[in-house]
Amino acid sequence: MKRLGKHLDIETRERLLSIGFPLVLLALWEAAVRLEWLDARFFPAPSTVALALWNLTAKGELLGTFWLLPGRVMAGDWAGVLKVFREGHLWVSLFRIFAGFFLGAVPGVVLGVVMGMNRTIRVSLDPVISAVYVLPKIAILPLVMLVFGVGEMSKVVIVGIASFFLVLINTTAGVRDIEPIFFEAGRNYGANRWQMFWHVIIPGALPIIFAGLRLSLGTALIVIIAAEFVAAKYGLGYLIWFSWQTLLTENMFAGLVIVMILGVLFTSGLQAIERRLMPWQKEERPTPVDVSDVKSAST
Amino acid sequence: MAVKISVKNVTKLFPSRKGPMYALRSFSLNVEEGEFVCIVGPSGCGKSTFLRILAGLITPTSGEVTLSPGKDDVPLQSIVFQEYAIFPWRTVVDNVAFGLQMRGIPRHERREIALEWVRKVGLIKFADAYPHQLSGGMKQRVSIARAFANNPEILLMDEPLGALDAQNRAVLQEELVRLWEGLRKTVVYVTHSIEESVFLGDRVVLMTAHPGTNKSEFVIPFKRPRSLSLIGMPEFGQLTLAVWQDLQGEVQRAMEQQQ
Repeated sequence: MKRLGKHLDIETRERLLSIGFPLVLLALWEAAVRLEWLDARFFPAPSTVALALWNLTAKGELLGTFWLLPGRVMAGDWAGVLKVFREGHLWVSLFRIFAGFFLGAVPGVVLGVVMGMNRTIRVSLDPVISAVYVLPKIAILPLVMLVFGVGEMSKVVIVGIASFFLVLINTTAGVRDIEPIFFEAGRNYGANRWQMFWHVIIPGALPIIFAGLRLSLGTALIVIIAAEFVAAKYGLGYLIWFSWQTLLTENMFAGLVIVMILGVLFTSGLQAIERRLMPWQKEERPTPVDVSDVKSAST
Repeated sequence: MAVKISVKNVTKLFPSRKGPMYALRSFSLNVEEGEFVCIVGPSGCGKSTFLRILAGLITPTSGEVTLSPGKDDVPLQSIVFQEYAIFPWRTVVDNVAFGLQMRGIPRHERREIALEWVRKVGLIKFADAYPHQLSGGMKQRVSIARAFANNPEILLMDEPLGALDAQNRAVLQEELVRLWEGLRKTVVYVTHSIEESVFLGDRVVLMTAHPGTNKSEFVIPFKRPRSLSLIGMPEFGQLTLAVWQDLQGEVQRAMEQQQ
């Protein structure tokens, strides 16, 4: 017998495998539940989870009553529009993640560049930052709520704090990692402070800055889910926690699926931005043959 | 001819664990306008430090360095570095245009100038490529084009061909001679290759082993334009040998220091 898929080219074969294998797993899971090898109360079948996802959406819990949006926009009822977003778990979590991420990442990059360039500031701040960095950010949620109240602000701030330190540490490392010869070249060719920042420091540190952004977006997701477990009335974390407390396990799994999809989208979204911003980082392309190499090789 | 670069008794001390260390000791040099001077010395003698002093990247501990400016609208000096100091995040043409951009020359104009130099160094097909797509020899051509495109009065070169293999090196030496003979800018060229210095220079200045100071000088009488066939002439061999015999003791001393 011929080996399965041997006639396919490698790329198609790998793509089929990467889609096919997870589908096989899902089918096995479904079968296991139907044959009652797995307890459906704890591990609802994929079809049940899909149905739960549909129901959550249709009841307006996951995405809010989004079908009312066109009418409200037409009527100019902006308070109503806002209400839709405030009542959808996904929108609420997304807002907290991105507002916090932005609030933390921007000052993180700025201070990171300053620390990377200025030894005095770096040496003074380093111990403080290292000490605060190792604190699990969720551990300071009570403190943050003490300062910012139990409302929306404290969730945005906790995500902001988590993002800030990751971006700061990576930006500092990225700036310090720039070859000194690039600074010398910049100086010798007449770059002023601003030009040095814009044309040497930022592009030089960008790959590592982006590594920090990727990490911090992932951390933002963890932190916001954890914060919503204990201190929220909306959000994906709340949905997962509330569903487990009321033993609606299929809704809990639906929440987990959404979080998974978010994680994948964040990663691939940032990768797409990276490719656009850093075209010089493209995966290995073959090195073109040097004209002089050809000349010398033939002699 | 007017003196373009005047250096008197320049000394550079670097701090080290064992106290201050000489990188350069009382080195003097005069370079005339339009002259191609090569500085040769054993490794570790401080020749790269000297070039960085000329480039304004290092301040000397003592001594006088004067670069006489001529025109107002062009930069006084630009350097070509030993390693591949072109920016990996810029395309070939943007790298070549870097100095022009820093000086605020409008986009269109600087691109035109840069493209012209990219063409002159034979990389026009790679104008929009990024450095990681280029071989070592091509990268160093970009580096050289970046300096020439900036149109400085003085070109400083710090072993620009040092990292290349012998064959690429020979090709680029000939290209360099051709480019320079078209412009006749003042050049200070640091190298550890005697043959390269005799082939390229109007004058070869030898430095002693660490701490570097003046050893001796050779005037290179060969007519320009020069081509690689010069290397096959008996006079070239004789002169190279004479320089080598003069420098030999210093190289020996440098090797003993390193042990």
